[in-house]
Amino acid sequence: MNPNLYLWLIPLLPLTGAAVNGFFGRRFSKKAVAGVALFFSGAAFFMALRVLATFSSLTLPYVEPGISWIRSGDFHVSFAFYLDQLSLLMLMVVTGVGFLIHIYSVAYMWDDVGFYRFFSYLNLFMFFMLMLILANNYLVMFIGWEGVGLASYLLIGFYFLKDSAASAGKKAFITNRIGDFGFLIALFLMIQHFKSLDFQRVASGVAQLPPEVAGAGLLTAIGILLMVGAAGKSAQLPLYVWLPDAMEGPTPVSALIHAATMVTAGVYMVSRSHVIFDKAPTALLVVAIVGTLTALFAATIGIAQTDIKKVLAYSTVSQLGYMFMACGVAAYSAGVFHLMTHAFFKGLLFLGSGSVIHALSGEQDMRKMGGLWRKIPWTFGTMFIGTLAIAGIYPLAGFWSKDEILLHAYSFNKIIWALGLLTAFITSFYMFRLLIMTFFGDYRGSLESGGHGHQDHSQDSGQGHGHGGIHESPAFMLVPLVILAALSLGGGFIPALSFLAPVFQTATEEPAASSLEHTLQFVSVLVAALGAFLAWFLYLKSPTLPERIANSLGGLYRAVSNKYYVDEFYNWALVVPLIAMSRNWLWKGVDQGLIDTVINDSAVVTSEAGGVLRRMQSGNLRSYAAWLTAGGAVVLAYMVWLGVR
Amino acid sequence: MVPLSYYLVLSAILFSCGVLGFLLKRNIITIFMSIELMLNGVNLSFVAFASQWHALSGQIFVFFVMVVAAAEAAVGLAIIISVYRTRDTLNVDRVDLLKL
Repeated sequence: MNPNLYLWLIPLLPLTGAAVNGFFGRRFSKKAVAGVALFFSGAAFFMALRVLATFSSLTLPYVEPGISWIRSGDFHVSFAFYLDQLSLLMLMVVTGVGFLIHIYSVAYMWDDVGFYRFFSYLNLFMFFMLMLILANNYLVMFIGWEGVGLASYLLIGFYFLKDSAASAGKKAFITNRIGDFGFLIALFLMIQHFKSLDFQRVASGVAQLPPEVAGAGLLTAIGILLMVGAAGKSAQLPLYVWLPDAMEGPTPVSALIHAATMVTAGVYMVSRSHVIFDKAPTALLVVAIVGTLTALFAATIGIAQTDIKKVLAYSTVSQLGYMFMACGVAAYSAGVFHLMTHAFFKGLLFLGSGSVIHALSGEQDMRKMGGLWRKIPWTFGTMFIGTLAIAGIYPLAGFWSKDEILLHAYSFNKIIWALGLLTAFITSFYMFRLLIMTFFGDYRGSLESGGHGHQDHSQDSGQGHGHGGIHESPAFMLVPLVILAALSLGGGFIPALSFLAPVFQTATEEPAASSLEHTLQFVSVLVAALGAFLAWFLYLKSPTLPERIANSLGGLYRAVSNKYYVDEFYNWALVVPLIAMSRNWLWKGVDQGLIDTVINDSAVVTSEAGGVLRRMQSGNLRSYAAWLTAGGAVVLAYMVWLGVR
Repeated sequence: MVPLSYYLVLSAILFSCGVLGFLLKRNIITIFMSIELMLNGVNLSFVAFASQWHALSGQIFVFFVMVVAAAEAAVGLAIIISVYRTRDTLNVDRVDLLKL
């Protein structure tokens, strides 16, 4: 018998924090707002730790029954919670990293006028994210799924007075709608065929599916539709376009939502649905291809970006591609393992970039940085560890998870492996490029002499920093950095793979020959080192070379630095026709032509008829009497006629 | 024994007089009296049928009509007095404020 874990409290705590800060935060002091936010997110972390402590004595999966929500015939949905190794790992990542980022945000957002609003949204995000990962069925998961989308929208558009931030929020929300549409249709198909959305009942439904239905593409359809949903939320091709723009939000938001947790919801969802994917090889192949292409595609864009956060954004898209690649080759544990290590090192890198931006009073352009390692040594040290981790250098966290993915990719398909390796090389290159441009060489900015280029991000952290000069961040920001750096260093030794194995027991995870494993590990470290060396050579040894290479490449370089013109293409192919159709056809045709005409004409007919009929109402008593008599006479005549007939 | 048809013809004549007075007269009190005439024409046919078929319900009906007519007379005369006080006339053609 399982003890009661009070799982429902875990999401409810951040919700309480969001409500308290949202409703009363305006009247609180900043210390009180920070206290409320930290208390409730910390309490959720504490509850998660409590679950972890009792975990070994639980019989899994642990299901906590909840309030019944929908009951229609034999279809039943309730707010029940579900816990197994996978959700526990996600729970630890979300509450742990989330709590660290809450601490960081206290210092980072201190001078912002929307301080209480920020923490209210951040806690709200935690609530929905915890709903998503603790749900016992797809519908409650979908609530969380939509809710994190809402929180993401609110936080991307946090500086809503800035046009670019407001439209970036809208872009994220609308792009996600496309994905959610796929997710919803997948849910409908599940209801139709399995009569349930419970994870366990869907799994048993899939197992019992007669082969003629399963073979007819039902599971493939569900799988691909789920992948469409995941591609929206996790920024995969072709729906990745919102994530780079989402960097308009405050940097802690980028770290928490757009790197560590929310964008990995798609990976979680695909892993959670592995029963379906295991029986639908075509859908799995789609996942693998989308993941691999996204990883490579986004990595190449990352090479030519100059905004420090944009580089990290494309890097996130690319690493998410890695996770989907892992799911696509049925190595779900490796994908979730990479999800966890990525949450550590990418959270670290984003927070570190926030610290850099903070140090430079809002500067985000790497061309105006350089030589900062002496001035902000803590930020440099932690970001250096993060870079080593993401590049996959032994023995940091990224090495283990990335290597596991590449190993499985190798035994699945050599082409996917090769593309993955190429991506690893590019990743190492652009990350060291970022590190070198930011921390080495000579300082290229102009901060001491007046500080230009603040206008763009004057609201982001730089606000109110009158003391000028380059300065290290306060301890509130450094402590989370150091903790995350420690996790990035040692996170690879967390035995996540063997821990997760029971969840994916049906997945094919044949152990590869250990000599092959060692060879592959050696190759990937070599490739990472090569990328680092190239970045060192190009950006530190001979800094004029990149420009010459860029010039000689001409059109190709311009295409890459303009992100392959994907945004422009979408604008031309989708947005402009949509607006034109809405204006000419829906507005002027349907709305003005059809609906307005019908409404107006019926009004005209009514008024004309009234004009005729109102003559009866003369106000003259005797004419009323005459009508009365005439009416009586007609009735009488009719009755006489009836009698005569 | 007077035949039933005599009563009915008299009743119809009374009713028609009432209708004509109702339609043609302009004085509001005359119109009012015409309505009473119609009611009594109907009453006459009720009692005639009642005695023809030996059914008591016809006579009961007449009592009801009389009660309602009395009430109506009370209310109606009050309205007439009120109209006269405000409009200084009893000519219905000049009481036409409801006209658009």
